[in-house]
Amino acid sequence: MKIALPVDENNMETKVCVSFGRAPYFLIYDTEKKENVFIQNTAAESQGGAGIKAAQMVLDQKVQTLLTPRCGENAAEVLKNAKISIYKTMNDRPKDNIEAFLESKLEPLHDIHAGFHGHKGE
Amino acid sequence: MKIAVLSGKGGTGKTLVSVNLAAVAPRAVYVDCDVEEPNGHLFFKPHWDAETSVSVKMPVVDTDLCTGCRVCVDFCKFNALAYTDKLIIFREICHSCGGCVLLCPQKALTEKDRTIGQVKKGNSGQVKVITGIMNPGEASGIPIIKKLLENSSAENETTLIDCPPGSACIVMETVRAADHCILVAEPTLFGVHNLSMVYELVKLFKKPHGVVLNKCLDDENPAEEFCLKNKIPIVGRIPFEHELGKLNSDALIAVRENEKYRKMFAGMLETVTEEVR
Repeated sequence: MKIALPVDENNMETKVCVSFGRAPYFLIYDTEKKENVFIQNTAAESQGGAGIKAAQMVLDQKVQTLLTPRCGENAAEVLKNAKISIYKTMNDRPKDNIEAFLESKLEPLHDIHAGFHGHKGE
Repeated sequence: MKIAVLSGKGGTGKTLVSVNLAAVAPRAVYVDCDVEEPNGHLFFKPHWDAETSVSVKMPVVDTDLCTGCRVCVDFCKFNALAYTDKLIIFREICHSCGGCVLLCPQKALTEKDRTIGQVKKGNSGQVKVITGIMNPGEASGIPIIKKLLENSSAENETTLIDCPPGSACIVMETVRAADHCILVAEPTLFGVHNLSMVYELVKLFKKPHGVVLNKCLDDENPAEEFCLKNKIPIVGRIPFEHELGKLNSDALIAVRENEKYRKMFAGMLETVTEEVR
């Protein structure tokens, strides 16, 4: 199974990114190969609809699970259609979250926000 | 003659200036292009004669024909399309460019009309009032603005275009149609910042322009200093007065109520008219 997380940098010291659609990178963890791959999120540069494009990128990586602190409604719709489950991260360390997820300690993400549409969400 | 009234932010006095200039002109058309929150009609209280809806083209997919090639998904600069095991179209994000329909190799995409707002026309004294109203949640009011500016250019009429705030695409669309641009500015540093943005915009469009200094007090006026520094003509000064504020907040048109204000706005219109000639 492949697990995706939005992250700030493309190394294992990175923090989980507060945004899904506009995260600079995605960390893809393959549970069978126990392998970490970083992919650049080209959607981050989009003028609009970043969440949709980011969700498309994640599903194209054949990911089954997304661990993220938050997710917009458009991205969530794409992910739902692709049958990718979304779980809420517990802190900003990717490794902690992957371990917690594998031990079934993460909750599904329920509070899908309406999107920031060009505004910073703080 | 078409005069666009702009400002870098809301609440600066665009509607005050454009409504009063229209009301002071012998024959005028007032076009409210602030389609997200049109409010000029609150002052004119026109009798509406006509209402037409404005629609845009939206792509619709025939799932039997779609092979999932994703040419449309990759093409869309607005990311309005995604493909999972079927094509998903995000209507609120689509800008109706029609590119996906043109490019689809399977001809699986067609276009359908979707209403995004209305254009209303009416009269208030010697002023023709035209207002655009965008439905809530729509991405862009530009198709409504195009419709608004389509037929507002009769001879011997002064057209006042009340622009949306800011300096984005929607404002550019309104500026494009203008012979002259009036930039309304507040006497604050924040006001200067916003003024500088619309000033850049009218220079880019090479439009004749001038500034109306609103909310003027006896104190120093950073917006005025900006005008002097950049040699921008000052079309007029509106004092920060209780009387004017009261008329405005009662939704009255100052030039129709008070001779002092009638003269003040008539002077501004004359200055701009001479400049266009």
